Amino acid sequence: MKYIDEFRDPATAKKLVEEINRLTSGMFPSTSLRERSSPLAERSRSQPLQVMEFCGGHTHTLFKYGIEGMLPADIEMVHGPGCPVCVLPMSRVDDCVTIAEQPGVIFTTFGDAMRVPGTRKSLLQAKADGCDVRMVYSPMDALTIARKNPERDVVFFALGFETTMPSTALTLLQAHREGLQNFSLFCNHITTPATMRAILTDPDLKLDGFLAPGHVSMVIGVHPYDFVTRDYHKPLVITGFEPLDILHALWMLMKQLAEGRCEVENQYARIVPEAGNVAGLKAIAEVYETREHSEFRGLGNIGDAGVQIRSAYAAYDAEKRFNLQAAASSHDPEHLKCAEVLRGVIKPWDCPAFGKDCNPQHPLGALMVSPEGSCAAYYAYGKLAKRKETA
Amino acid sequence: MCLGIPGQITELVDLDLLVAKVDIGGVKRDVIITCVVDDEHPAEECVGAWVLVHAGFAMSRLDEDEAARTLAYLAAIGDMDAELEAIRNIADALERSA
Ligand code: SF4
Repeated sequence: MKYIDEFRDPATAKKLVEEINRLTSGMFPSTSLRERSSPLAERSRSQPLQVMEFCGGHTHTLFKYGIEGMLPADIEMVHGPGCPVCVLPMSRVDDCVTIAEQPGVIFTTFGDAMRVPGTRKSLLQAKADGCDVRMVYSPMDALTIARKNPERDVVFFALGFETTMPSTALTLLQAHREGLQNFSLFCNHITTPATMRAILTDPDLKLDGFLAPGHVSMVIGVHPYDFVTRDYHKPLVITGFEPLDILHALWMLMKQLAEGRCEVENQYARIVPEAGNVAGLKAIAEVYETREHSEFRGLGNIGDAGVQIRSAYAAYDAEKRFNLQAAASSHDPEHLKCAEVLRGVIKPWDCPAFGKDCNPQHPLGALMVSPEGSCAAYYAYGKLAKRKETA
Repeated sequence: MCLGIPGQITELVDLDLLVAKVDIGGVKRDVIITCVVDDEHPAEECVGAWVLVHAGFAMSRLDEDEAARTLAYLAAIGDMDAELEAIRNIADALERSA
């Protein structure tokens, strides 16, 4: 068990932070970089490097361990939209409620989605109002419920980035194999690379590099990120969830910037194979195809970012089965600033609702629902975050 | 949802459907192992292997040290109890509704 502490060992963390410090202080202001026409040449001390951690799991680790407080002021972490619950627009929750209200339906979902507010109500409220909404741990649990209730219509709310896509795709294929007539998926999966592309084209954001999600990458592999370095010239490091994983990845990123390199690097090779998960990718390709437009909370419609169920499996597509019309896009009420927070333009405490009418017990916005949402993280670990702000 | 939780495969339940029993922090549940089986790692030889389980699917193999480290980490960030609780409760609920 000697390895357990190694990943949280304060001495190693201290050393990494020192190295990160050394690298960034060498970069500001650096004539040598200017001469090499590095992307950093235009920077000055007043503009910290902005690094986006895409994944909500990383956001959680950053806060839990106060990592931002250890970093030099030259590095600003921008919290990305990589929490599937947080980017779920109200209109999708409304669709879920509409399906759940149909007679005979058992609506199944991961627990995280239960409390996300819709324009009318959350799934939790729908359940309180008499709908049969059940929380499951796995889409396979929904299949079990369908087998046991042949006279009921069982729907699973398939959401998440690529991490959960193999599980829903394989579940659908299993339902197909069994010829189950009463099972369908309400597919709202979204893909990471397309979401990153949308962020890279957002004029409000000027990022210097990315930390890419570990478990999404475990599924998709390393190369789907190549466009980030090739087309946008931003370095990217795939990383794990331990505090030292993140510090190590930040060190790798700073090293790239300092040396004027721009590459996709894999800090989490112990879990992320270069080609991803072959069986998982095969199931995804078999079941899903790119959707033209997907609505994201805070990011609007993103082309090619979502997937839908291929027509060969239309019988298992809840959108078709319940004849859902493309819902009008929904906007969060004016005083809720979820969109701006999601895009990293403001911090959670700049939202007038933060910690007042919006808190983890009574979330008004999705960012307060999941512990991976940045508002919930700021709320839970607020002291750490503010210390850095005033430092 | 995205973090996953390590478990150890204790028995093979269905070779055709690639279902195995996995011990996740003392809670046993059926897990689909399609994504961790290939020519190099046949299903017949998976008992004893450590895997990272996401939503009831084994998504990656782990060595024992990595599994121990991840379990310790999940316990430290306080995600573990809630996740195990969910796995246990949902398994019970499915059982009861039989
Ligand atoms: S505090 Fe609540 S309403 Fe404001 S941005 Fe965060 S989640 Fe949205």
